[in-house]
Amino acid sequence: MATPLNRRSFLRISGATVLGGLAASWGLLPPPEAHGAQDTSVIPDRVVPTLCELCFWKCGVNAYVKDEKVYKLEGNPLHPLSNGKLCPRGTGGGVGALYDPDRLKRPLIRTRVGGEEKWREASWDEALDYTARRLGEVKDKYGAPAIALFSHGHGGAFFKTLLKALGSKSIYAPSNDQCRGPRETGFELTFGQALGSIESIDTPNAKCIAFLGSHLGENMHNTAVQDMSRANANGATFITVDPRFSIIASKSKYWLPIKPGTDIALLLAWAHVLIEEKLYDQAFVTQNTVGFEQLAAHVKDKTPEWAYIETGLEPQLIRETARELAKNAPAAFVHPGRHVVWYGNDTQRTRAIAIVNALLGNWGKRGGFYLPATLPVKGYPTPDLPHGEEAKPRETFPFATLPCAYDACEASAPKDGLAPTIRAWIVYGCNVPLTLPNPARVIEVMQQLDFVVAIDTMPAEVTGYADVVLPENTYLERYDDLDNGPYRVPFVALRQPAVASLYDSKPGWWIAKSLGERLGVGQYFPWKDAEDYLKTRLEKSGLSFEDLKRNGVIVGKAEPIYDDSPQLTFKTPSGKVELYSQQLADAGLPPLPVYTPPEEPPTGYFRLLFGRSPVHTFSRTTNNPKLLEVVPENELWLNTEMARQLGLKTGDRVMLENQDSVATGPIRLRVTERIRQDCVYMVHGFGREDARLRRGYRKGAADSRLITRVKRDPEMGGTGMNVNFVTLYRFKEA
Amino acid sequence: MARYAMTCDQKLCVTCNACVLACKNENAVPEGEARCWTVQEEKGAFPLLSIATRSERCNHCENAPCVTACPTGASHYEDGGIVVVSADKCVGCKVCIISCPYEARYLHPDGYVDKCTFCIHRVKQGLDPACVTVCPTGALTFGDLDDPSSAVHRQLQARKAHVLKPDEDTRPKMFFLD
Repeated sequence: MATPLNRRSFLRISGATVLGGLAASWGLLPPPEAHGAQDTSVIPDRVVPTLCELCFWKCGVNAYVKDEKVYKLEGNPLHPLSNGKLCPRGTGGGVGALYDPDRLKRPLIRTRVGGEEKWREASWDEALDYTARRLGEVKDKYGAPAIALFSHGHGGAFFKTLLKALGSKSIYAPSNDQCRGPRETGFELTFGQALGSIESIDTPNAKCIAFLGSHLGENMHNTAVQDMSRANANGATFITVDPRFSIIASKSKYWLPIKPGTDIALLLAWAHVLIEEKLYDQAFVTQNTVGFEQLAAHVKDKTPEWAYIETGLEPQLIRETARELAKNAPAAFVHPGRHVVWYGNDTQRTRAIAIVNALLGNWGKRGGFYLPATLPVKGYPTPDLPHGEEAKPRETFPFATLPCAYDACEASAPKDGLAPTIRAWIVYGCNVPLTLPNPARVIEVMQQLDFVVAIDTMPAEVTGYADVVLPENTYLERYDDLDNGPYRVPFVALRQPAVASLYDSKPGWWIAKSLGERLGVGQYFPWKDAEDYLKTRLEKSGLSFEDLKRNGVIVGKAEPIYDDSPQLTFKTPSGKVELYSQQLADAGLPPLPVYTPPEEPPTGYFRLLFGRSPVHTFSRTTNNPKLLEVVPENELWLNTEMARQLGLKTGDRVMLENQDSVATGPIRLRVTERIRQDCVYMVHGFGREDARLRRGYRKGAADSRLITRVKRDPEMGGTGMNVNFVTLYRFKEA
Repeated sequence: MARYAMTCDQKLCVTCNACVLACKNENAVPEGEARCWTVQEEKGAFPLLSIATRSERCNHCENAPCVTACPTGASHYEDGGIVVVSADKCVGCKVCIISCPYEARYLHPDGYVDKCTFCIHRVKQGLDPACVTVCPTGALTFGDLDDPSSAVHRQLQARKAHVLKPDEDTRPKMFFLD
């Protein structure tokens, strides 16, 4: 039976709804002294090297501290992922995140006063005791796997340990089935190896790169952009396949404004050209692949003329770009992408990308896919974790490398007479309602859970529906676990506090350990504190904690990252690159990528596409005072001719309504030649519905609200999100 | 004497705004103001399009209208030709803001006019301006135009470049590589 508190309504964290008088002490803004004009620079009291957490690339930053305030962040020149440089989020957003006046400041417990739900400030002891008791009740009643963790970010490691210690393997990451999961599965099926978070592509040495749905430069992973820029400066040829004239398209020799959803047709046609014109790497294919004959037969009729009908791309353009790739091979590749959950055929599309790359013979080659290295670091000696089990999902997928967050959400509510297998959520650093598709559904599920605890630095949609909110330190106030790649060079890097904890916030490691101790699994957190944990790990590995604290990073001896031997080994069942996948065939799935035309938008509707701003990371930064100054809201991109027909112009505020009559907005229109007529585009992460976010509240619109439909990837369960259609109309002020 | 200049390689710049944010922290630029900014200049019609991408700031003109117009001598040339405003001499009359063809200046809440200084405080320490240091694409380069070994000198020898509003005869030292 559900307690009344389980029917939770959204609770805002602000002075008005918090009992116990949260004083409006917004204080602690960056140093006010304007050393403008001719002034000399501030002399820092100290410079602390640490690891950025504005996105998940984990660049080395140097935090400049004066009077116990961080006043600027620069890239750590020693760190191989930053090379002394930063992206806008890293350099501006870090300071903004630390001093955001809207931060979570004290533990909060949802409570009911006179029939009304309120937040009550609590001490850490009380909040942790209460959380442990409620999680313990769920464990006792339903078993440990009924406790699920949703996690994003480096600090999640300690909460994963907590879950496993409890005996639950119900650990989920939207970065899998809402992001790069299909890519990892596609490359595992083909090359026997996933590409990892720092994709093992040798961009700086490439002579030709085809960006397929990657809008690098707008998607702003620091090293990836540095590498792309180096290739650009060196005169590499770029080919960009995108329905939108992205920034990278503007740097490209070829822009292929493809009809959305038809990428597999283009990739099959590229394979066709490479094979028909004998441009593929015959030695590599002969010695290192299986299934070439089947592939050749499969693409025999996939001519550029055939692909033209599907993609809208001129046959000559398809031929020329295939030849351009081949001419520069093996220092040429089709970029594997990163956020790849588009149409539900995403593993297959990624397979097609992997296959074209195999035809280019670029695996292990300079300018192709390098073989990454890791600096080995030993773990802290702890007892073996229990075996543990995962909550049973309602749907499973044969090639999922990780359990799907989407299915975990669905398994958390009763449906069709089936009881939920998940009853409690621990949410670390991810705003699940905007991360998973369809926030209305996620919230409906959250309201039915027995218990939700959210650990975060900022209020968000997710914290509004939690029972307990535990305020974490921002990355500039905390230690986290070590980061050691893998990457082109082996390294280990440290996140360490630049300043003391602001407010009553705590580091994630402390929160996880404190909960573990209360839940009777303290033996899995045997270290005294983070310094003990980190120091022990490093010393056991023969590395110096002091060196790491001083420099922020230890770079190991460079290892070879290329392998030019004619015969390579791959971790596939055949030991070869599997152009034809027997694994897929055995599972009753297409062993070679099959093109199926996408559903057409209904008349008057546009396909909804979304992407990134270089200044923001999903919804994590859309209240950041520094970053919002530069990009305060998102815009809806609409083709000029379509806008003319609709009688709309740039700056007009419009409402969006999708095929399921879900409406959101208003959002400002950007009328542009830079997009096809059949789609509209917006940056993800805006349209926040939590008024505690005083800057970001209702700025722009949220694409996620319009993603009421997803198309599941049959191989690994990814949620294809580019399958929604919207119509738009002028917003009328009330 | 050095003749300081900056180049922005439009081929490399992606208008990510890292320059803007690094500058704002480095120079404690107040909320709502900026000393540098990015521009996307779009041309053409679908699908034959181009975008010129660049990061703009004070051009540190050799014939700077702001210096000529300033009634108090607050706006002046520093060593190396860097155009700087002395906050203590500035009365906030804003005539420089009006005279600048590049809209590079703003009135600081403390009452004086502020703008890009090429991070002269860093340059004096032998560092690059903050925007140059942070730039992940390597689009920005700073140096001495008169030094044949400097990267800016070599770039301008080797590449086609333009300045903004050449007709104003301001002789800018911010160059955009085409």
